Amino acid sequence: MKKLVILGAGAGGTMMANHLVKKLNKKEWSITVIDQERKHYYQAGFLFIPFGSYTAKNVTKQIAQYLPKGIEHLNIRVDLIKPEENKLIFSDGKEFEYDILIAATGCRIIPSEVEGLDGIGWRKDIFDFYTVEGATALAEKLNGWEGGNLVVHLAEMPIKCPVAPLEFVFLVDWFLTKRGKRENTKLTYVTPLSGAFTKEKTSEILGHMLTDKNIEIVADFAVEKVDPEAKVLHSYDEKTVPYDLLVSIPTNMGDELYEKSGMGDDLNFIPTEKHTLKAKNYENIFVIGDASDLPASKAGSVAHAQSEVLTENILRHIKGEELLQDFDGHANCFIESGFGQGFLIDFNYDVPPVQGTFPVPGIGPFSLLKETRMNHMGKLIMKWMYWNIILKGVKIPFMTSKMSLKGKKL
Amino acid sequence: MAEKEIAGKTVQVNEEGYLTNPSEWNREIAKEIAKEEGIGELTDGHWKVIEFLQKDYEEKGTMPSLRRVTKAGGVPTKELYALYPGGPLKKSSKIAGLPKPASCV
Repeated sequence: MKKLVILGAGAGGTMMANHLVKKLNKKEWSITVIDQERKHYYQAGFLFIPFGSYTAKNVTKQIAQYLPKGIEHLNIRVDLIKPEENKLIFSDGKEFEYDILIAATGCRIIPSEVEGLDGIGWRKDIFDFYTVEGATALAEKLNGWEGGNLVVHLAEMPIKCPVAPLEFVFLVDWFLTKRGKRENTKLTYVTPLSGAFTKEKTSEILGHMLTDKNIEIVADFAVEKVDPEAKVLHSYDEKTVPYDLLVSIPTNMGDELYEKSGMGDDLNFIPTEKHTLKAKNYENIFVIGDASDLPASKAGSVAHAQSEVLTENILRHIKGEELLQDFDGHANCFIESGFGQGFLIDFNYDVPPVQGTFPVPGIGPFSLLKETRMNHMGKLIMKWMYWNIILKGVKIPFMTSKMSLKGKKL
Repeated sequence: MAEKEIAGKTVQVNEEGYLTNPSEWNREIAKEIAKEEGIGELTDGHWKVIEFLQKDYEEKGTMPSLRRVTKAGGVPTKELYALYPGGPLKKSSKIAGLPKPASCV
């Protein structure tokens, strides 16, 4: 019996388990899913927790509930991978051999990467919303907010869901307006990028929105440290931004397991082939989702597009056939812009977000790179879609894993 | 894509002035671009960064991140900003004749 191991039971790992259980010959292959956690979070929902739209309970389910029957599920921490020996070492010292390994361990925030960030101010006047605990603590803070300098800050790229910090600042503008606290609040968006977003056209449109909403943008800000006593952000080139409340998106990194195992880059992301999703340095290791070093967005929609290509490539690998070069970097992201409105962007490695209609060319119902009520509705429907369709690896009508150029104004 | 004469040599550049063919680069070109970018005379410290970028780009095929220049190249970030004020990677990679580092997606 040969063993396929999926490391991580978040979005990517769960999708792969659901795909592969239907495709692999059960007489020849066993599937084992390993995760040290018991809970599965709908991470895209964290964004809404600080504003009281969702609570922790709304975004939390049990991992086991979403894994298919007919696989083995282990709730244990992997301490080390020995890729040359095809072996995992568990935290209890046990060894586990694999024939194929799929790394689906995602990425997480590491506040300690910026000096002063996780010091005395942490969760007092410095918050994150990339964890369920952080988002919940921030909800309480915002609930009691009367006014002052509210700074949203992005430490370094790449981050999970690169549009989330912008969405946060749009939503906080709406939230404070609704509560009559906006006039007393100065909103500032601090980013290491040269503009609002990573993609030029989108950056221009979203940058404009920041101005319209009276949100100041401080670009090209490479943070050196936070002074939690004076409540000031310092950059390497000696710029400063004062804050009363700092909402920070700290450095994002892959699992430290890859550092220990000598498999990761400087941020513990696994070097991965752009179009096949095979780990560059290993023939029988594949990577899905945020764990890779690919120049694609770190987002559930990307993992979803990858899961179809990766399923096919696992089958090809088993048969000894050449891998498909089919992953094109496709990402599809709803962007909340506040006041019940939203954007949608659809892009890949080569084609940046453009205007148009989605997913049905010429019809929609969603509009690309344009603010509409319908796009906001789309974002809200995503939570249901995530648990009921996306995780199960069911095909979404009209959605293709490769990006379509139809209905787009190129 | 355009042609530009830098330090007496005609080279291919993109719309932002980055060399599109690293093999057309030489040290004289680097000095000239450094002047255009407001860096002035290139010191040993500047060259250390340029040489690391070129070596790393050749080995990995992608532009290193700021973090990597600090970690693997041994140049503290603070020093990078002192050497190349206002965008250390953008400026040093241009001077090194390499592509503009893509800020990730």
